[in-house]
Parts: sequence; C-alpha cells; structure tokens
Amino acid sequence: MNVIEVNGLSKSYGKVKALDSVSFSVKRGELFGLIGPDGAGKTTLFRLLTTLINPNEGSATIEGLDISKDYRQIRPLLGYMPGRFSLYPDLTVEENLNFFASIFGVRVKDSYDLIAPIYQQIEPFRKRQAGKLSGGMKQKLALSCALIHNPSVLFLDEPTTGIDAVSRSELWDMLKNLKEKGITILVSTPYMDEASLCERIALCNEGRILGIDTPKGIIKQFKSRLYAISADNMYSLLEAARQVEGVVECYPFGQMHHLIADATFDTRSFMDQLESLTNLTIESAKPTIEDVFINLMKQ
Amino acid sequence: MKNSFLSFIKKESLHILRDKVTMLIVMLIPVVLIVLFGFAISTEVNNVDVAVVAPERTDGVVDAVNRIAHNDYFTFCGYIDPDQIDQELRSGKVSAVIVFASDFDRRMAQISTGLPSTPIIQLVVDASNVNTAGASTAYLQEILLGTASQQAMFETRMLFNPQMKSAYNFVPGIMGLIVILVCAMMTSVSIVREKEVGTMEVLLVSPIRPSKIIFSKMIPYFVISCLVLIIILLLSYYLLHVPMSGGVWGIFSLSLLYVLLSLSLGLMVSIVAKTQVMALLISAMVMMVPMLLLSGMLFPIENSPIFFQYFSNIVPARWYVEAIRKMMIQGSPFLAVWKEFTILLGMTVAFLGVSLIKFNDKLE
Repeated sequence: MNVIEVNGLSKSYGKVKALDSVSFSVKRGELFGLIGPDGAGKTTLFRLLTTLINPNEGSATIEGLDISKDYRQIRPLLGYMPGRFSLYPDLTVEENLNFFASIFGVRVKDSYDLIAPIYQQIEPFRKRQAGKLSGGMKQKLALSCALIHNPSVLFLDEPTTGIDAVSRSELWDMLKNLKEKGITILVSTPYMDEASLCERIALCNEGRILGIDTPKGIIKQFKSRLYAISADNMYSLLEAARQVEGVVECYPFGQMHHLIADATFDTRSFMDQLESLTNLTIESAKPTIEDVFINLMKQ
Repeated sequence: MKNSFLSFIKKESLHILRDKVTMLIVMLIPVVLIVLFGFAISTEVNNVDVAVVAPERTDGVVDAVNRIAHNDYFTFCGYIDPDQIDQELRSGKVSAVIVFASDFDRRMAQISTGLPSTPIIQLVVDASNVNTAGASTAYLQEILLGTASQQAMFETRMLFNPQMKSAYNFVPGIMGLIVILVCAMMTSVSIVREKEVGTMEVLLVSPIRPSKIIFSKMIPYFVISCLVLIIILLLSYYLLHVPMSGGVWGIFSLSLLYVLLSLSLGLMVSIVAKTQVMALLISAMVMMVPMLLLSGMLFPIENSPIFFQYFSNIVPARWYVEAIRKMMIQGSPFLAVWKEFTILLGMTVAFLGVSLIKFNDKLE
C-alpha cells in the first residue's frame, strides 16, 4: 500500500503557480527524494502534504487519509522538519526535546531508542541553547524533535541545506537507518549529488515533476549523446560550443563542460569549427542526474 | 494531555525569563511611570512662593498672612512694597503677590455687618504656568475668604481630593496605561513571533489544540501582570498616599479583570498580525493613542467632540479608569462599579472569542 498518494495537486499564490498538477506516490518504508532547484515548489508540496495549506486542485492522501478533510487525524502521524530552523533558539537542547515530546503526549525515554543514534551526538550539549548550536547540530536536534513521537511518515524539507559536508553525509546515514526501521521518508534537496542516496527520486522544476524513477532508472532515461569538452579558455569554449549545430545544451560541469547533442551532431565538424581554441578536447561522458535534469528541462 | 498544557506554560515562562531586558523593562515601567506622574509631572499647588503688600499691618492682615504662612502649600516670602510687585514676579522670586487694601480691617468689619463693599484684596499671580496659577489662585481665595466667610456667596468644598493632588487624578489613568502596555504589547508579539521564527509550522503539525496555545500563552503574562499590579498598588498607597478607600480587594479584582481583557486584546492582535513589527504598531498606535486621549486619563471625555465621546465607549481603558477613580478616590464600594465591571467582562469575552475563532490551524 502506498503511504503517500498525490493526484494532480495544484497550488497557486496569486498568479504564480507554485505547484502545477503534481502526481506521485510513495511506498511504505521508502526513502523518496524530491530533487530540484529553489523555486521548484518543493516547500509548497511539503506544506500541502503536512496539511498546513490547502490545495487549489487535486487531492492527496497520507495513510489513506485525505489532506484536506482528515487533516487532524493526519497530523499526529507526521514528523515534519521545515526548511528553516524551527525550534526555540532561547530554549536548551534538552528543553526543546522535552517540549516537543510533551505536546505530542509522549515521554522522551519511550522513543529514546529511535532517536538515540541521532540525539547522542548532540547530548553533550544538552544544556546549550538551541540558537547557539552549529548548523549541523541544529539539524540533528530538529530531526530528533521531529522523530520524538515515532511518526509513520517523516517530511524533511531541505535538511542538508546550509550545513557542512561531513554533517550532510552523517545526516544521510541517519535517514538510511530510519528507513530500515520502517519509517517512510520524503526528503527534498537542491543538491543533485544527493539524489543517488534516495531509493526513488522525483525531479521537479517550476512546480512540475519532470520525471520519477530510481536514481539509476532516471539516468537510463537519458537517451541523448553526452560529451565532456575542455579547452584552455573555458569561457570562450562555452560561448562557442553553444553556437554549433546539433548542440542541445552546453553547461559547466566540474572541471569540464558537458555537452548534450542530438542526432545531427558530428564530433569531427565540431572540432573543425572550434579549431581556434587551444587544447580543445572532446570525449563522450556518462550522464549523471544533473545531466538528466538539464536535458529534461530543455524538453 | 494535561501534561502538554503545563509544559507549554513552562516553555512560555522560559521565553519570558530568558529575555531579561524585556523583563526588567516590564518591572521598571510601572515604578518609573508612577514616580514620574506622582511627583515630577504635577499640576497641584506645592511650595508656591507668596509675597504680601500691606500698607498697614493691622490685626486682620497679620491674621490672614499667618494662615497662608502656616499652610503647607504656600511659602510666605515676606512683605514687599507695591512698586516691587512687577520685579519680584518677573525675577521669579515669588509666584503670587497678595495686595491688601489700606483700610482692610475697617472694610472687613463693614462687610461682616452686611454692607456692600468694593474689592479689598488683589491677587497678582504669575500665570506663565496656567495650571499652577489657576490652582493656587483658587486655593488662595479659599484660604483668604475664610476671613470673610460670612460674606462668601459660594461655599465651595472639594470633595474626595480637597488638596487637588494630581496623583489622585493620575494613578487610575497610569494603571490603565501600564496594564495595557505590559499585557497587550507583550502578548501581541507572542504568537506572531512563533509565526515569524517558523515554530508555528511545527506546532500546527502537532496534536496540540489552538485553545491550549492561546490559554497557555496567557497564563505566564497573567502572573507577571499580577506582580506589576501589586507593585503599582503598593507604590500608590505608600508613596503617593492614594486613599484606596473603596477597598483594596475590589480594586484588585477589577484590575485582574482588566489584565485579562488586555491579555485577550494582545492575543487577538497577535493572531491577526502578520509580523512582530505590525503587532507592535497595532498595539502602540491603534490601542495606546485612543487609550491616552479617550480614557479620561489626561483630558475629561466630556470636553471632546460628540463623536469621540461615543467612540470612547469602546475604549476599555475608559471604563476601567472610571471605575478605579470611583473606588480609589471616591471610596465607592465594589458594588457601585457593577456597570463598568460588566462592560469590561463583556469586552474580555468578545476578544477571547474572536481570538479563538480567528486562530487559524493552517498557515493561510
């Protein structure tokens, strides 16, 4: 049975369509990622599914309960960690945790097993005010608070934004552990490289979902030809390559530029046209999720 | 779930206790305002320097001068010549000069037998401060007329506040002001702050009910307000000697109701406002200004245009200040202010009702 079922969900703010008939479903115990840049509608989708706002069109259910009609029954089932740090900065780590436990009507020690792997890392600082924690520790505390009532679905809105690389990988490890304990997790991130850490992902942009699949499956959807190019003057190369016939898109990718080409593209004529650039190289490249995303956006 | 209510109250109290600056301000405001209005800003007659011009120091004149000299509110600065009057007043050495007629005794005797007479005393008063001049003139007349009380056409008696102490006038007003300041302004930011910080999102997704959020935010502020109230009452009684003749418990109960009303008003603002700045502006501009001008605290409501007189009916402070004046200064019992009490109670219920209805358990 699907824990989250979304059908043609739309939400507008004035004339801006933040979410445009989005549909997907998440299975029990799945780690599902929403990948997309800022403004893709990820936060709007989270607020709709956590019953904080009402949709204009479409419907969605969580554990079979409708997000508009049965929102009061849904709320206790959810663990929600908003994108912005949403704990009380003037309360200590311990006070925050106890407070959230009590408003959910549970005791910290009852769910201690669940949160222990996360909470133990910040426990040495339990007397410190939450506002004075580092970014990574804040997120660990927020996650502990979101888990305190043993929710069946966990909503994490950009949990890795604004924290360091070590904390990011630690956080993903924690999510994997939670998933193994049977919690369904919906997580959003603007970082493409984190997509491969999810079981299934939905690529979103400007309120629409461009594609849903496993990270590998998404990459398999990439049917165009992909090349990695480089030259001494990378900026001129980017400008020039975009003018060549058969080039769908060319964009910086790490040290190189990636070039998506259609059937009319010919490597030799490409080299000929750009021979004025020194040390020009071209080789075919393996697509990544970012390449798929850019390719899908072009279509 | 009773537990969740208690820990919500605890959490609110922690917010208040950790914000030491605000806490200090809240406790200091009443003291400062009471002292300021009670002593510094005073319209009453106090230490008025008086000189006397008397061509002949007859028994009648000396008797009158003695009575002024022995009055606490006037300081007798000695006899001067008629041509010194202008100079003494200009230099500010004295604020009032009493000029007795040369045949004062004879004409006084004439008056006491019932014969008509021309004025026999002239008061020359420095009226650069209108309030002091008016009050001291009235009081001087009262003292001097005592000499000729048989002749006085009006018998004036100032009831409840014979010395016209301004503290009596201001204390009820200040109480109305401070309670609004502490309760309404502080609570007005409390819910909107959770919206701004983002904690409201998490609270809404939790099973806690809006009514619990509202009431648990009221309780800590209610406790603080009670403390503030006690400070005000102690200061007014022991420092300003405001009589409280209507009974302290009556005054306290009415004030508690007014505290509840202000808390509900603050919460209502907090629920409607989108940002903390907006909440403070609403409570400062929309609530404080009418309360200062239309509560009868500074200006008598009867002097304002008809429209504002009607408008003042919806200003809660008006009813509170009126009732407190009755109980504190006039010494009326609690039962005498049942009308004001009922109106304030009605307003409290209305504000709370609106808060509960308007509290949105969604973000939009």
